[in-house]
Parts: sequence; C-alpha cells; structure tokens
Amino acid sequence: MDADLITQILFAAIKTGTPLLFIALGEVICEKSGILNLGQEGMMLMGAVVGFLAAYTTGSMGLGVLAAMIMGSLMSLIFAVLVLQLGANQVATGLALTIFGTGLSAFVGSGVVGQTIQGFAPIDIPLLSEIPYLGEILFKHDILVYLSFAITIALYFVVNKTRIGLTLKAVGENPNAANAIGIKVLQVRYLAIMFGGAMAGIAGAYMSLVYTPMWVENMTSGRGWIALALVVFASWRIGRIMLGAYLFGLASIMHLVLQGLGWSISPNLLAMLPYVATVIVMVIISADHFKEKLLAPRSLGKPFDPRNMA
Amino acid sequence: MIRIQARTEPSTLMKFASPIIAIALTLLFGCLLFSAIGKDPIQALHVLLIAPLSDSYNIGEMFVKMGPLLLCAVGLAICYRANMWNIGAEGQLLAGALGGSAMALYFIDSESVMALPITLLAGIVSGMLWSAIPTFLKLRFNSNLILTTIMFNYIALYLLIWAVHGPLRDPQGFGFPESALFSDATLLPTLFEFSRIHLGIVFAVLAGFIGWFILSKTHLGFQIRVLGADEPAAKYAGFNSKKLSWFVMLFAGALAGLAGVSETTGPIGQLVPNVSPGYGYSAIIVAYLGRLHPIGAILAAVFMAILYMGGDLAQIEMGIPVAVVSMFQGVLLFFLLACDFFINNRLTLSNQATN
Repeated sequence: MDADLITQILFAAIKTGTPLLFIALGEVICEKSGILNLGQEGMMLMGAVVGFLAAYTTGSMGLGVLAAMIMGSLMSLIFAVLVLQLGANQVATGLALTIFGTGLSAFVGSGVVGQTIQGFAPIDIPLLSEIPYLGEILFKHDILVYLSFAITIALYFVVNKTRIGLTLKAVGENPNAANAIGIKVLQVRYLAIMFGGAMAGIAGAYMSLVYTPMWVENMTSGRGWIALALVVFASWRIGRIMLGAYLFGLASIMHLVLQGLGWSISPNLLAMLPYVATVIVMVIISADHFKEKLLAPRSLGKPFDPRNMA
Repeated sequence: MIRIQARTEPSTLMKFASPIIAIALTLLFGCLLFSAIGKDPIQALHVLLIAPLSDSYNIGEMFVKMGPLLLCAVGLAICYRANMWNIGAEGQLLAGALGGSAMALYFIDSESVMALPITLLAGIVSGMLWSAIPTFLKLRFNSNLILTTIMFNYIALYLLIWAVHGPLRDPQGFGFPESALFSDATLLPTLFEFSRIHLGIVFAVLAGFIGWFILSKTHLGFQIRVLGADEPAAKYAGFNSKKLSWFVMLFAGALAGLAGVSETTGPIGQLVPNVSPGYGYSAIIVAYLGRLHPIGAILAAVFMAILYMGGDLAQIEMGIPVAVVSMFQGVLLFFLLACDFFINNRLTLSNQATN
C-alpha cells in the first residue's frame, strides 16, 4: 500500500467517523449526568430527515443543520419528560424513542426519498491543508467536520476544567449529594439530555446533507447504537471518543479498503464488519468488570426523584 | 389545585387500565395526525382498525401476523421479568429463518414426514444459538446485553442477505436473491381453506400458555420473578442467577427462532431477504403492552397484528405511508409509560397551595 492510498483511507475514516463523533459526544454528556438515552437512532433519523427537508426547501444548508439540531432536542425532550418527570424506565423510554423516530422520519420523509441536494462543499484550510499527508487527512473536509473538531475541544475543556463539568459529574455520580448542596439535579439532566438530542440531530444532518447527501429510510443503519458502544469503549472520556469514532469509521470502510486490495469477499459479509467490530470491542473493554464499574457514572440509568428527598 | 401524590400501594386497577388508556390516547393522537395531513380521521381509523377484521381473509392475515409477534413477545416478556434486556428478538428470528431454510433446502426433494419437524428444530436451534452468543458474552465478559443483542440483529440481517445472494440462492431463480421454493414436506400445514392461517399461530398461543405456566406456576418462574424484582434477595436466597439468565435467553431465542422458521415454512414458503417487517422490535412493544405477562402478550399481539394489517390497508386504500405503524407503536409505548406513572401516583384535589 502506498502513502497516497493510506492518506485517502484515513481521510475517509474521519468522514465516516464524524457522525459517530457527534452522537457519542452528545450521549457522553447525557450519560455523565446519569441518564442513559437509547433513543439515539430515532433522534438521529429525525435530524436527518428534518435537516434534509429544511435544506431542500430553503436551499440553505445552515438552516438544515439548525433545523436538525432543534428537531433532535425536541425528540429528546419527550424522553426527558417521561424519564425525569414521570420516572419512566430509561431503557424502555429510549427504545420507544427509537421506534417512534424510525417511523416518524419515514412518514415525514416519504415525499423526498431519492431527491438529492448539493451538499456542503469541502473547504481547504489555508496553510494547514498544505502540511504533507496530515493536511490531506485533516484539513480538506467540509465545515461540519471542522465543527466536530471544535465541539470536541470545547467539550474537553468544559468537562475537565470548568465548574459546569464538575456540576455534571456531581449529578451523575451522586444525585442525592448534588441535590443536598443545592444543585438542581433535574434541571441539569434536562439540559444534558437536550444537548444530546441536538448533537444526535447534527449527526443525522451530517448523514443526509454531507455523507450521502440524500434522504433514505433508516439511512443511519445502526450508527446510533454503535455510538452507544463507543461511549463505553471510550470509558466516558472526550478525547478517547474522538479516537474511537475514527477507529469505528475505519472499520466501516474496511470493505472498501479490502476491495481496493483486490480481496474478493462478498460485500454483504463485509457489511457486518462494523457490528462485529463493535461486539469485539465491547467484550474487550467490559471484560474488566472492576474497571468499568469504576469509570461509568455511578447513577447511570437510575431514576432520581427530588420528592423523595425530604 | 391539582397535586400529584404518591400512592401508599401500587394500584392494581391502574396496572390493567393503563394499556387501555394508552391505546385510546394513541388513537386520539392518530385522529389529530390524520386531520393535520388532510385525511379524514374517521376513515383512516376505520381502515387501520376495523377493516382488518372486516372479512375472513383479512382476519386470517391478522392471525398470520400475530404468530411471530406473539412468539417473540412471550420470550421477551420473560427475559424482561428477569431483568435481561434482550433486544435481539429480530436477529434471533432472522437466524431461525436462515437456519430453518438451510434445513428445508436440504430436504428439497424429500417426502419424509420427519422433514418438517427437523426443519422447525433447525430454526429453533438457530434462534437459541443466536441468543446464546450475547448471553455468553454478558455472563462471561460482562458486556452490555442491550448493545450486543442489537449488533447481532444487524449481523443476522447481513448474514441472511449474504445467504440469499450466495449459498442459498435458487440456481434456477434468474439471479433473484431468493431461495428455491420449499418442498411440500417442509411447509407448515394451513388450518383452514379460506386463508393462509397456518400451524404457527397454534405454536404461538401454546407458547403464551407455556410461558404463563412457567412464570406463574413453577419454582423456576418464581426464581425468575424474584431475580427481576430484587436481585440481592435472589442472591441471598441462593438462586443461581447465571442459570436463570441462560434459561430466559435460550427460551426467548428458541421462540424467536421458531417464529422465523414458521414464517419461511409458512406464509412465505421460501427464504427471501425481507422475512420480517420488524416483528422482533414490535414484539418489545407487545411485551410491554401485555404487562410483561405471557397471557397479556396474547391480547397485545392481537392489537399489534391489527395495526400491522391496518398499516398495509391504509397504504393501499388511502396512500398513507406504511411507516405510520412503527410511529404509532412508539407513541403507544410513550403513552403506556406515561400512564404507568399513575400506578404508583395519583392526582388529588387540595385546597392548600403547595410550597
């Protein structure tokens, strides 16, 4: 394999990993507050279809992304009300959100299936894109990829260096203690869930506005679920999520790489690769029971009812 | 003013009323939605819910769809009772369809009476195998069951698509991704002249009653319920939680596998890429709507099968996208979860302002 091919593969891995990065960043913030939202796939599909519809009708890509973010948060708000206000089971509510989003997105998008739009054009960043190899891989993308870089850096800073990050951690580790020192637990969780929704929305918009760019039913094909595994893989750390997203991106395009190398394997078998890779990674990561318990937010998935805190 | 007050004891009435209220609210939501998109809501609801029961052929089709939903839902209900979050019924169903079809194709020239039982068994074993892998990974390596079972749904789907494009494709099929038609010896007998209702519905209803018997009448079922309700108590009582987890997962895998092989040897008669319109996922809703109770699942499966039939009819007669079915399923589960809040809480009128 020559250097040019490797550069191209890594470029494609970043492109493919970007939607995973967006959802996983949203989900990790949500999980750090103690909430497990399995509705990622549904929120992402709604983001994809609404983003596409908005961009298709207005002709503005920016409005498409914005609409997708708003739609993602609205979807997550349904989840938030059920889980936070009514104490519903987080697993069941998340599944309901995914089933609902899958159906609603197909319903809403049935008129524009197969239509295409221009999509975001790639922007070469001056100077940086001149760097040999690295510039080719990192700095010749579209604007949403750069946005994902910026959000990753910002979240790394917010989570690790600011009071907001500390508050989030307190709520996720021990909501009772957080409540006792005057943190509004439910309020923090609402915001975390809706941030996750907005990020899933952008991830969906990336699929329908950049990656394909068109709307097809179920076009996210399980990326929302892979992102949930990615959060475990990254042991809830922002930096590792970025690395993991690109590794998963690489696994998703392995079939192109292998075909490029002249291996003749059925594309249908190769299409399994990202899912098989996800299972293998999960097994390796969680085999160390003690470590995972140590790293996961301690109240993850457990309800918190302030009324019980007399 | 109206206040929310915690009940001192969970309301049994609300536990059974909640699914009915949720269904009513979902129908109301449907009316509003259809009005919003300019369809006549009454006609739409008629097509969705009444038309599926209007003639004997449609009623038969309703039972055809009910079979796989119920088989999967009974297994899932028992898994969820034991706190095993198996989302993998879809993959286990597809694995059953694949394994069963491979066996049916082996018997393609056979007229043996054993061909059908062996084919069904192959489907059941394939489904069990497909649920055994995530179960093993969870119990041995502590991996997240929800995520691994979902990944195995996708893996099963691509394996099936690969098989119908490759080894199981009909050599005389002009390159279509379909297997050869199965021989009569491996087809499930139909029950009536007028419809496609086949033996699968009998398996499903039997599974419901077997599930109920195990869960309610045996020591094994008691252990499962305790494990789900209070894990420390189950451990303290010396129950073998690993063994119980294996049992519920293999039981669910066997039923989902049977659902899959019953589809290919029943109404379809060959292996095709789209064996299931998401039965394994809808079965999660069926299990919840049936209150995680095998008999409740029978009633819930009837409703869900009507909804599936109605979705098909609504597409044909009113041009409503068939995706409304899964949208309604999601809404139904939302309403159900919301109504369940009132099992443990109630609204009271009080004169005092809350502080």
